[in-house]
Amino acid sequence: MAIKGAITVDTEKCKGCGVCIPNCPTGTIALAKEVNSKGYNYLYMANPDNCIGCANCATVCPDAVITVYRVKI
Amino acid sequence: MEINDIIKPENKVYGKTPVLKDAVMHYCPGCSHGTVHKIIAEVIEEMGIQDKTIGISPVGCSVFAYNYLDIDWQQAAHGRAPALATATKRLMPDKYVFTYQGDGDLASIGTAEILHACNRGENIVVIFINNAIYGMTGGQMAPTTLIGQVTATTPYGRDVKLNGYPLKITELLAQLDGTCYVTRQSVQTPGAVRKAKRAIRKAFENSMMDKGTSFIEVVSTCNSGWKVSPVEANKWMEENMFPEYPLGDLKDR
Repeated sequence: MAIKGAITVDTEKCKGCGVCIPNCPTGTIALAKEVNSKGYNYLYMANPDNCIGCANCATVCPDAVITVYRVKI
Repeated sequence: MEINDIIKPENKVYGKTPVLKDAVMHYCPGCSHGTVHKIIAEVIEEMGIQDKTIGISPVGCSVFAYNYLDIDWQQAAHGRAPALATATKRLMPDKYVFTYQGDGDLASIGTAEILHACNRGENIVVIFINNAIYGMTGGQMAPTTLIGQVTATTPYGRDVKLNGYPLKITELLAQLDGTCYVTRQSVQTPGAVRKAKRAIRKAFENSMMDKGTSFIEVVSTCNSGWKVSPVEANKWMEENMFPEYPLGDLKDR
């Protein structure tokens, strides 16, 4: 049984600190080239196929901008 | 499977707790304060004590903690949060009372207050954020600054002959008979965050069991004050702070 995950990011509230990126075990996430209205490079799923919905990124996020979803297929 | 099939309410496994307000925190990107606020909010939600919790915010960056957690708050004069918490808990023993203080607040101007509150064994929770610097005022030396650490007021590094030694306030408080639970945690990895969350929950539970003061130090980062990136700050903390401030329980009774 495989597990698939996905995240949504509140891009307006994300400050682009990047502390989540080294904590992602599958290399799913990265900072976008685009910026939000405050000028921060917000987080996005660069490799969405890799996501396993482990919630590591959301657990360490200081601004609670990440919501995690997971399904078993 | 398409992403839109995964992102559905029934598949949600983790998200922002409603105890945390929608306001954007004023903290710098990557600041540990946000993570600690979040886990306190999660503990309050899990214990179902949102209407029974009173926080005491300090002076420092986290003075605005009352804007971010949807509970009752008071704000104390610099370093005096334990005194205010003492009064609050004695007048309202059925409430969960905690203080949230930084190292400039708790370990410097508030040393007398915290030592005596812990020595009296007040049934409160103290959350102590130690980032080894005065973050709010521009990165000056704090009592907890490491030997040799460069700050705005120690441009050549903290010199023992001139500035003394880092103050290990948590070790001091563990010796007092009034404290029941003294621990040192951090929040830079998912594992550390979960451990810190368990510690906070235990401290809140202790405060209703008439056991004494529960004290949680969270070794934290101040990437703006340290003048490094948030990710480098976490690394710097692991390499330099942890040898001086080792993690783990110092006391649990």
